[in-house]
Amino acid sequence: MKILVCITHVPDTTSKISFTEGDTKFDSTGVQYIIGPYDDYAIARAVELKESNGAAITVLNVGGVETEPTIRKALAIGADEAIRVNAAPADSLFVAQQIAHVAKDGSYDLILMGRESIDYNGGQVHAMVGEILGIPSISPVMKLEIEGSKAIMSREIEGGKEFLEAELPFVAGCQEPIAEWKIPNMRGIMTARTKPLNVVEPVSEDAAVTYGTYEMPAPKSGVKMASSVDELVDLLKNDAKVL
Amino acid sequence: MSIVVVIDSADGTIKKGSREAVSYATQMGGDVIALALGDAPENELASLGKNGASKVITVAGEFHSIQEAATAVAEVMNNVGADTLVLAQSAKASAIGGRVAVKQGASMASNVVALPDTANGFSVKTSIFSGKAFANVSLSKEKKILVVSKNVVDIKEDGGDAVVEAGSVNIPDADKNITVTGQEKASGDVLLTDADIVVSAGRGLKGPENWGMIEDLAKALGAATGCSKPVSDMDWRPHSEHVGQTGIKVAPTLYIAIGISGAIQHLAGVNSSKHIVVINTDEEALFFKAADYGIVGDAFEIIPQLTEAIKAL
Ligand SMILES: Cc1cc2nc3c(=O)[nH]c(=O)nc-3n(C[C@H](O)[C@H](O)[C@H](O)COP(=O)(O)OP(=O)(O)OC[C@H]3O[C@@H](n4cnc5c(N)ncnc54)[C@H](O)[C@@H]3O)c2cc1C
Repeated sequence: MKILVCITHVPDTTSKISFTEGDTKFDSTGVQYIIGPYDDYAIARAVELKESNGAAITVLNVGGVETEPTIRKALAIGADEAIRVNAAPADSLFVAQQIAHVAKDGSYDLILMGRESIDYNGGQVHAMVGEILGIPSISPVMKLEIEGSKAIMSREIEGGKEFLEAELPFVAGCQEPIAEWKIPNMRGIMTARTKPLNVVEPVSEDAAVTYGTYEMPAPKSGVKMASSVDELVDLLKNDAKVL
Repeated sequence: MSIVVVIDSADGTIKKGSREAVSYATQMGGDVIALALGDAPENELASLGKNGASKVITVAGEFHSIQEAATAVAEVMNNVGADTLVLAQSAKASAIGGRVAVKQGASMASNVVALPDTANGFSVKTSIFSGKAFANVSLSKEKKILVVSKNVVDIKEDGGDAVVEAGSVNIPDADKNITVTGQEKASGDVLLTDADIVVSAGRGLKGPENWGMIEDLAKALGAATGCSKPVSDMDWRPHSEHVGQTGIKVAPTLYIAIGISGAIQHLAGVNSSKHIVVINTDEEALFFKAADYGIVGDAFEIIPQLTEAIKAL
């Protein structure tokens, strides 16, 4: 089985978000980058499938050279090789086109990624890749087992979950509890250094959206503290007017 | 210009988000056509006219796969000559939108939090970094797909009923490529993603056996229950209740956080709430900085009192 795992390179979840150049650019000063938390579930599940079913895992990122430490981390967790499409991830459609192009060449049985990225939160790349390739896209997948050419899954739906089956190949957007995040061990980190990381140029496609300016939310006006339950109820009733 | 709005319903009732999406499209201007995939009672669908729809088109089917839903949506857009598609934010809506965007060569924006600005092209404000910032995004293609967050517009309720008609679409069998073998409903009577009030609790509750008082409070308020990530990781509560950056993102009128410290990843899932109440023993808890109302104290004393006080209202 060949698994393609697509990862994002995103600011750590505790990062302070701010913008520069007249609020037109994300300020990456002092920001630590990580594998997107949902993508991290995808890679963890791929490694488990490799252990249980046997699989070759290729990790893919669309990004500049600065994303290579993040890609190496995925190799350290257990991916076998990596591909970096050398382009800034302009928008979801552009990224989906790059992923689909790589996927077409590699004839993968399974394409995994996170349900959404934690920077732009689009939650649409898996669907776009599925549509371009003409295969199913399933998300958010919370459980994924492979039996022969069939996958047995559960996915989150509004108000509960659903159990389903589909034939390979397809694209899955992953979320917990599909697997537990894996921390690379020393041996993984050592071997990751020599695993192949191929850089390919993007297929030229234009972006369908462009980002203009960024804004921060208005700060909260400050908390009103209640000293008793009665006072709290009074605030909710007469100040917030929600009761 | 005509706008198609995809309608989501559960147990025969149209979701609030879908009514908001129709109201949003109506405020954009143009002819608004609601599209209901699957079953919903005709009088319920007709009532979308009040929210601004001129017509409701229904397409029968199961729509288990995003592929068949996207095929139906794209075909209806073609049939009515729509250049814009509006959906209420959900994981499914973003996925349907993504597939339709490819089919239609459309520009797409998710997590839209305001009406479009058309003074100079077409741009919308979207929430990014899990609600920590906003981006103004320009959509350059002729066709546009907007996935709209909750509580962006008030629901319009002054029109008459809309005509409901069956749409004719042709969904290839190849699109029906997923077999659903079962469903499991989340616990609780109120849907977390749709709830007006959410009562959420964290590790401060000490153990799953203490959730009775949380459920009692939720019941008194007609609220949904939520929890922090460690709570669902430890299986004290189901994963479907996990709120935050890596869980469910909620936008209720009132979010009550009990025994939750207010880690940035938790806040990312609740920062669109209108009012936040924090109940915590630690007056230094981070959550108070993000709250509108707070009370320092022991949840085990406060929650039963609060439930009684609310019942007495
Ligand atoms: C990549 C990543 C993603 C994450 N995503 C999420 C996410 O989506 N959602 C999420 O919630 N977390 C997430 N986390 C975890 C997050 O960082 C915190 O660890 C978590 O939110 C803490 O949960 P908690 O507030 O329940 O527990 P704690 O931090 O242990 O806080 C417990 C609180 O309860 C209070 N308390 C104790 N006893 C009482 C009492 N008797 N009465 C009242 N208060 C009491 C304490 O003062 C304390 O403030 C994520 C972490 C990472 C690294």
